[in-house]
Amino acid sequence: MNSKTQNKIAIGALYGIAGFVVLILLALLGYILVSGMPQLSWHFLTAPAKAFLKGGGVGVQLFNSFYLLFLAMLISFPIALGAAIYLYEYAKDNWLTTTIRTAIEILSSLPSVVVGLFGFLFFVVKLRLGFSILSGAFALTFFNLPLLTRSIEDSLRTISETQREGGLALGLSRWETVTKVILPAAVPSILTGVILSAGRVFGEAAALIYTAGQSAPALNFMDWNPFNISSPLNPMRPAETLAVHIWKINSEGIMPDAKAISSGSSAVLVLAILIFNFAARYLGKRLYKRLTSA
Amino acid sequence: MKSTQQLERQLKRHSKAARLENWGRFISFSALLLIVAVVVGIIGFVASKGIATFTTNHVSLWDFLTEKTWNPNIKDAHGNPEVGALPMIVGSFLITILSAIVATPFAIGTAVFMNEISPNRGAKILQPVTELLVGIPSVVYGFIGLSVVVPATRAIFGGSGFGILSGTCVLFVMILPTVTSMSADALKSVPRYYREASLALGATQWQTIYKVVLRAATPGLMTAVVFGMARAFGEALAVQMVIGNAALMPSSLVAPSSTLTSVLTTGIGNTVMGSLQNNALWSLALVLLLMSLVFNLIIRLIGRKGRM
Repeated sequence: MNSKTQNKIAIGALYGIAGFVVLILLALLGYILVSGMPQLSWHFLTAPAKAFLKGGGVGVQLFNSFYLLFLAMLISFPIALGAAIYLYEYAKDNWLTTTIRTAIEILSSLPSVVVGLFGFLFFVVKLRLGFSILSGAFALTFFNLPLLTRSIEDSLRTISETQREGGLALGLSRWETVTKVILPAAVPSILTGVILSAGRVFGEAAALIYTAGQSAPALNFMDWNPFNISSPLNPMRPAETLAVHIWKINSEGIMPDAKAISSGSSAVLVLAILIFNFAARYLGKRLYKRLTSA
Repeated sequence: MKSTQQLERQLKRHSKAARLENWGRFISFSALLLIVAVVVGIIGFVASKGIATFTTNHVSLWDFLTEKTWNPNIKDAHGNPEVGALPMIVGSFLITILSAIVATPFAIGTAVFMNEISPNRGAKILQPVTELLVGIPSVVYGFIGLSVVVPATRAIFGGSGFGILSGTCVLFVMILPTVTSMSADALKSVPRYYREASLALGATQWQTIYKVVLRAATPGLMTAVVFGMARAFGEALAVQMVIGNAALMPSSLVAPSSTLTSVLTTGIGNTVMGSLQNNALWSLALVLLLMSLVFNLIIRLIGRKGRM
């Protein structure tokens, strides 16, 4: 067989492989959306879940997912920002920095179930926070920190070195250069990174089943006092999220319409991720245009 | 006299900007230290709980790693608790290796396609789709596995449909986007003039891809595959939903079995803290943690070799 025929066969095979992969991926997305979309309705998105009867919704779970996401981001963003600033702007290239980088890499490669178990051990049992939104938010923070730190550091890296030199040449201290010159310029790409990591946090379940718990007590959406037990804002209540809900009703559910509910919930999760993705791209581009007058 | 002292103090004092600088540096460094403390904390806590099986409950490490019966509630003839973790360890490795074997050719083939053969279509269709799929939650993969893959396996091979095969199918699709996009990055970092030189020598496109581009990108491709394996090994819920959760040595690919993660997710809530049953589960978590460190080390070694 001469090399030209070989070339043709190989290229054809690669076309086949790529086509097959696209087919799998599209079938996957299609299946989720086609089987899930018909379930979606205002009732489904707002009604509380029913354990033994048909026709429950995922209202509480959906709220819990967003609330946990918000709290986890609130805790993890400042920490990740500080860590990224130190790593990129201050850290010298020595053994200490290398060790710290290794530690962050290890944290990012830990299975999320291990992070969840640590959260269970430390927050739920040792600190007696119980199965609560707070424990869950801390576990999600640990899960999120390494990814967010890396993405913010990458954003800082994209800012040209001349900006730093400019700031320093004007007599600003390094910290002022970072806060007044570098960060404003990096906002669009930091924002993109934050939204993308929010998508990952939103769908995380393994880190939550033993920290935020697997039950979703009914909430009173009229009561916004965070100290009341039925208030949606109370951070000490157990809170099953949408992703945990899918797992829970499929592995030990006795719900008659578990499959329909999970299809609907999966579609909601995937749509949320889609929206996060598009929002990240769109907002990033738009902010970049506005801030840089490009 | 006094005024000179005052003046001296005034001059030697840090300026406001200098204090701000120190303060900012301190704050950002503490944030970094906090992350390191978390890592040390996680490893320390899980390790201390995980070795309790061997120190307080006096299970021998060898038995734990090689015995085939997992039944922490029952003691065997010698009065030792039956905590043989081999079925779970075998299950985890089997499912990881199988899914990596299936996913690698597809992932690398797709990466080659979108980088070398049809960059336009790659950038327009494949890249956004893979990036999107990287972000799909693992429970969604698990649910699809449960409602599509398990019934299909049941129809073809009989039995319950739960087992390593279904787990492999789910993990294959799950790690495919990750490995693909990382492989594509690896191929992208191969300099353009390598290809030009090869084509100028009269090599066909396939010869260029096979003999030059893939060879040059090997460390990056290996990193991508190991990364996918690490993800497969640590994946909990998606696997737990389709594997059948029977802590038995996997007798065939379609028999219900279990992995380290699946036993952990189902078990930890049903045991009492500090009991042997609970400690044995923490030992499984420790195995999981150590394996993730090993994967990390492998990735590091590959990276170091690739740099030379």
